[in-house]
Formats: sequence, structure tokens, C-alpha cells
Amino acid sequence: MSFDPNAFLIITTGSMIAISCGLLGVFLMLRKMAMTGDAISHAVLPGIVIAFLVSGSRHGLTMVIGAGLVGIIATVFIEYLSNKAKLQSDASIGITFTSLFAIGIIMITFLANEIDLDQDCVLYGEIAYVPIDLWITGTGKIMGPRVTYLSLINMVLVIGFVTVFFKELKISTFDKEFAATIGLSTVGVNYALMGMVSYTTVSSFEAVGAILVVALMVVPPATAYLWTKNLYKLIRLTVILGVVISFLGYYLAYFLNSSIAGAMATVAGFFFFTTVILQHKQIPRIKKKLAKAKPSIK
Amino acid sequence: MEEFIYFFSFQDPNVLMVVTGIVLLSISTAMVGTFTFLDKKALVGDAISHAVLPGVCLAFMLSGSKNPYWIVSGAFVTGALSTYAITWVSNYTKLKEDTVIASVLSIFFGVGIVMMTQLQQTGNASLSGLDHFIFGNAISIVGQDLWVYGFLALAIIIVILLFYKEFQLMVFNRSFAESIGLPVKRLEFLFNSLMVLAVVTGIQAIGVVLMAALLITPAAAAKFWTNRLSIMLLIAVIFSVISGIVGAYISFVLPHMPTGPWVVIVLSLIAFLSFFFSTKKGILTKWIAKRNYQRKIHRDHILKALFAANEKGKEGLATPDVHANFPGKSFRTQSAINKLEKNNYITESQSVISLTQQGLKEAGRIVRLHRLWELYMTEYMNIAPDHVHDSAEKLEHIITPELEKQLDKNLNFPQEDPHQSIIPRDQDKS
Repeated sequence: MSFDPNAFLIITTGSMIAISCGLLGVFLMLRKMAMTGDAISHAVLPGIVIAFLVSGSRHGLTMVIGAGLVGIIATVFIEYLSNKAKLQSDASIGITFTSLFAIGIIMITFLANEIDLDQDCVLYGEIAYVPIDLWITGTGKIMGPRVTYLSLINMVLVIGFVTVFFKELKISTFDKEFAATIGLSTVGVNYALMGMVSYTTVSSFEAVGAILVVALMVVPPATAYLWTKNLYKLIRLTVILGVVISFLGYYLAYFLNSSIAGAMATVAGFFFFTTVILQHKQIPRIKKKLAKAKPSIK
Repeated sequence: MEEFIYFFSFQDPNVLMVVTGIVLLSISTAMVGTFTFLDKKALVGDAISHAVLPGVCLAFMLSGSKNPYWIVSGAFVTGALSTYAITWVSNYTKLKEDTVIASVLSIFFGVGIVMMTQLQQTGNASLSGLDHFIFGNAISIVGQDLWVYGFLALAIIIVILLFYKEFQLMVFNRSFAESIGLPVKRLEFLFNSLMVLAVVTGIQAIGVVLMAALLITPAAAAKFWTNRLSIMLLIAVIFSVISGIVGAYISFVLPHMPTGPWVVIVLSLIAFLSFFFSTKKGILTKWIAKRNYQRKIHRDHILKALFAANEKGKEGLATPDVHANFPGKSFRTQSAINKLEKNNYITESQSVISLTQQGLKEAGRIVRLHRLWELYMTEYMNIAPDHVHDSAEKLEHIITPELEKQLDKNLNFPQEDPHQSIIPRDQDKS
């Protein structure tokens, strides 16, 4: 197989997105907030549309701010419903994200003629466009693929966030009471994390779509968690898995001629289910069953 | 307006069909959803609704058309597979259920999207409208599809009504259900199948992404109005039917509008109104009750302060002194004073507040409750007299007249509290 610059670009971009998502996903999973991540990725939609209306472009800071704000509002809302209205938490998550997503879809439909934003791109995204979607400066100089830059910035920010606040994230994830006792703002850490999740969702949704962000956010950490309990190893494994998934995902999509993001989720799913089956606890159980089954065959 | 009459007079048989279909669908999902909500499985519905996508695509691939039988079967297979996967993975690994749900949901959806992009490349003309399965459009359902979906919805409703008692037991008291010999495992299987079926019947009208709302939201809203399962089911059904019809109407008037989002918007609106204004558990109701209680406490404290002054032989208290008793709450204190004056409990003249006859009686009652409780705590609970004040400070506001009588009787109509203060008696009664 010869070197294909487009494939390289797509795989690199995919890997960077997978790394950013996975790093945040590790903490989401450990905080039992996997579904909150899912909710945020749906809920940022109205933020994206409003930011699009304000700025008139699909790129740039407005989009990030708009989506980040709505993402945090969604988190606040979920907490509010479960604390103040005493609604069980899964129901408050479900209600919040479905209503925000519905609002977003309706806004898009209403503005369909005015804006270049359609429902499908929100859901699936298209990472295959990365090589042709170029960043061209005012002077006409071509700087390279835009989404790659975006995901690079995102990855740097996420890695920076996780490194700088590693201690805070770790303590507030594993021992909330202790964190509060030593004067750590657990609420602040929570919202910072949710803000990063929203930002990552937005910056990746063009490439992989809203729902597949969740696949990259939850599935690699979940798979890695089945192999290790050590936080550092968990993070390392998640990152490696992310890169492998985007590599294999690209080639799966290449051979099937299908959506790359979808193929990445499929590969992630393959790893996930294989791990579950191979899990050490599982193998003796199967062996036992086989051993039991044998005499009866005779 | 013309469209409104046209739609709701049901003169168009298509409109009538669609409305019948969506009403049946709303009823069945609301009923299934109420049980899943109470069983705390709300998000499993979300996972199922995403997981039907590969099934729908598979049905297309195999049949090459939008034949509803194929679609329902395909969707049912992958939907059921996803519930099975969720139970299996959460039972056999250390992963938390929400992580498993999110993983299964996104993996199945990813596979679905791969299949969908494959299908779109075949260029088969009969595949147009495949995206209706993502966002849903009730108006696009006609003829044969409607019969299939309508029949399924009806079947779900009938099965739930038949197994109402069993499901109720399964959700509320599983171990009891097992102990009286109900086949809980089989019932659970039946219920999961109903849940998958409910999602499957809804996907073409509501769409896979928002289908979860139809299961979760009506039940959550209904929970705020009642604690009884039968009434909760009824309320959930009513909410759901209203939103279904409104959603269908909007997508009829604005043809490019998908139905799903509008149904969800109406449902969410009803839900949020319930959360805030429900007469039992609404946020607003609770807030008002809390505020009223705090006002009552504040009023009681002002009266007590005046009573204490009275006991020391003073005619009344200077207004600034009353305010000084409650630092930082002068606004609230002033409004409490105004209210007391209006109720004729106190009079204010030349910046001195004094109790009226009626006010003295009311203040005496509060002080009596306080002191009775203090005495009760020392006599019956053996708590040292210097530790009983805080408890009495809370209880003096909520002891009912019946309880007061009981206390008085049990303590043998005492004259003094543990601190040797005289317990004020109501002169009218004795």
C-alpha cells in the first residue's frame, strides 16, 4: 500500500479527535456521567445554530462559545431537574437532551434556506471532506486542511486541561467529599469538564457527527477500563485505542466505501465486545460450560 | 384557520388515518414508558431507539423496499439485540450501566450509519425517504405501513392492559413477585419485547433520535401529578396523545417540518409546566410552601420577642429594637410587622410596637408550645434542660392543637418549664 496523503490526513485528524474525546471520556466514565456526555453532544445543537446565525459562518469562536454555553446550560438543567424537581437522574438527562435537540432540529428546518447547515451533517459529519476543506488565508495562501487544525487545537487544549487540572480531576472524581473538604470547588471542576466536553463535541461534530462523538468518548475508555484499573494505564490505553480505531476505521470505510465515522464506531464496537468476551472472568465460565457440555454430547 | 378546520374535521381519510395512527402510537409508548420510567430504565429506551437503525438498514438491504413487515422485523431484531447486549455486558463486567448504555447506543448507531451510507450508494430510488427514520415524519406514513404500525401499537396496549397487575408487581416489588411464583424472568422478557416494539412502531413517525422522549417525558410529567400508577398511566397517555396530535398537525401545515421534533417540543413543554406548577410536587408549589413557612417562622419570632418584653413588664418594644433582633433581614421584618398589624395582632404608635389582646393570645400560644416541648424533652427524653432550646425552637412552629393537648395531658398540665419560666395559659379556655 503506497503512502496516500489524504488517508494520512484523515487518519491523523481522526486520531486527534479520538484522543481528545477519549481523554475526557475517561473522566466522564469514572464519574458515572457517560450519558451526560451523550446528552451534551445532542444538546449543543441549538447553540450551534444560534452561533451560526450570529456569526454567519460555520467556523470560529462564536460557534465554540455558543455550543459551550448551551452545553453548560444543559448540565445545569440536568442537575436542577434532579436536585430541585427530584426527578430521577436518567429521566432528567433524557428530557433535557431530547428537548434541546428537538429545538435545534426545528431551528435548522426553519432556517433551511438561509443557512448552510443540514440535519444530516449534524448527525454523521463527514471526515472524508477533511483534505478538500482547506484553510485559505486572506492573501490567498493555502494553509492546509482546516478541520485538522481545529482538531489539533482541540487536542492541545484537552491535553493541557487534563494535565493542568489532573490532580483536581482525579480527586474530585474518586473522592468528592475529600475534594470538598480540602477546599476544591467540585462544582467548578465539574463545569470545566462539561465545558471541555461541549467544546470538543462542537469542534469534532463536523468531522464525526454528534452521536459518534459519544462513540469515541465512551467506548475506548470503557474498553480500556476492562483491561486495567490504574488511571495512568487507563488513559494510555484509551489514547492508543483511539489511534488504532481511527486507523482501522479509515481502512474499513475504504474497503466498504462507507462513512468513516460510522466505521470508526464499528471498529470501536468490535474492540469493546471482543474485550467483554475475552474478559478474564468470562473465559473460565465458558470453559466450565464447555466442560459440562462435553459429557452430555457423548 | 382553514387548514385547522380541514385537519381536525378529518374529512381527508389520510389525515384521519395518520391521526389514528399517531394516537395509538402515543398511547402505547406512554404506557410502556411509564413502566420503564418507574423501573428506572428510561435510558434503555434511548439505546433501543438508536439501535433500531442498523435493523432498518438491514431490512432495506434484504428486501430492497420499504416494506413495513421487513422494517419492523429488522428493527425489532437489532433493538432486542441491544437490550440483550446491555443486560449481558452490565451483568458480566464491572462497567456501570450508564457507560454500557452509552457504548451500546453509539456502537449500534455507528454500524447503522455505515450500512446507511452503503445503501445510499446503491442509488435505489425506492430508498428515498430513508432519512425519515432519523427525524421522523408522521405525514409520510400511508397505507400499508399505517396498518402495520397501528396494529402493533394496539397489540402493545392490549398486552399491557392484560398484564397490568403482573407488570406492576414486577416494577414495584420484584422479590415479592418472585415469591408468589410469578415467572419474573419471562415477564421481563415480555416487557422488554414490548419496549422494543413500542420504539419500532414509533421510528417512522418520530425518528430514532427523539424516540426516547416519547418513552421518558410523558411518564416523568405524569409523576408530578399523582402517586397512583393507574392515574399516572392515564395522565401520561393524555399528555402523549395531545403532543402527538399537535405534532402531526404542525407537520401537516408545514410540510417540510419533521413531526418528531414538534411532538417532543410539545411534550417537553407539558413536562416543564408540570415540573413547575404541579399542585403536589411542582418546584413553584414547593417554593411557595417554603416561603410561607419561613414567613410564619419570622412572624412567630417577632411575636415571641414582644411576648418576652411583655413578661418583663414592658408595654412594648421600640421598632428599631425589633429590627435589631433580626440583623440583615429588615425588609422581611418590616413586611412581617405590617402583616401582623393588618391582622390586628400588634399596634404601632410612636415607633413602639405592642401586642394587642389577640396578639398576646397568639404569642402566648407559641411560647406555650415552646415551653411545653422543652419540658417534654427533659421529662420524657431525659435531655438536660440546657440542650432542649434548639429543638423547641423548631417544633414550636409545627405542633398542632391536638398534639398540644396530648402534651399538656401527658405532662399533667404543668405550670413551669425546665427553666422555671411560667407556661402561659389561654385564659379563655380554662
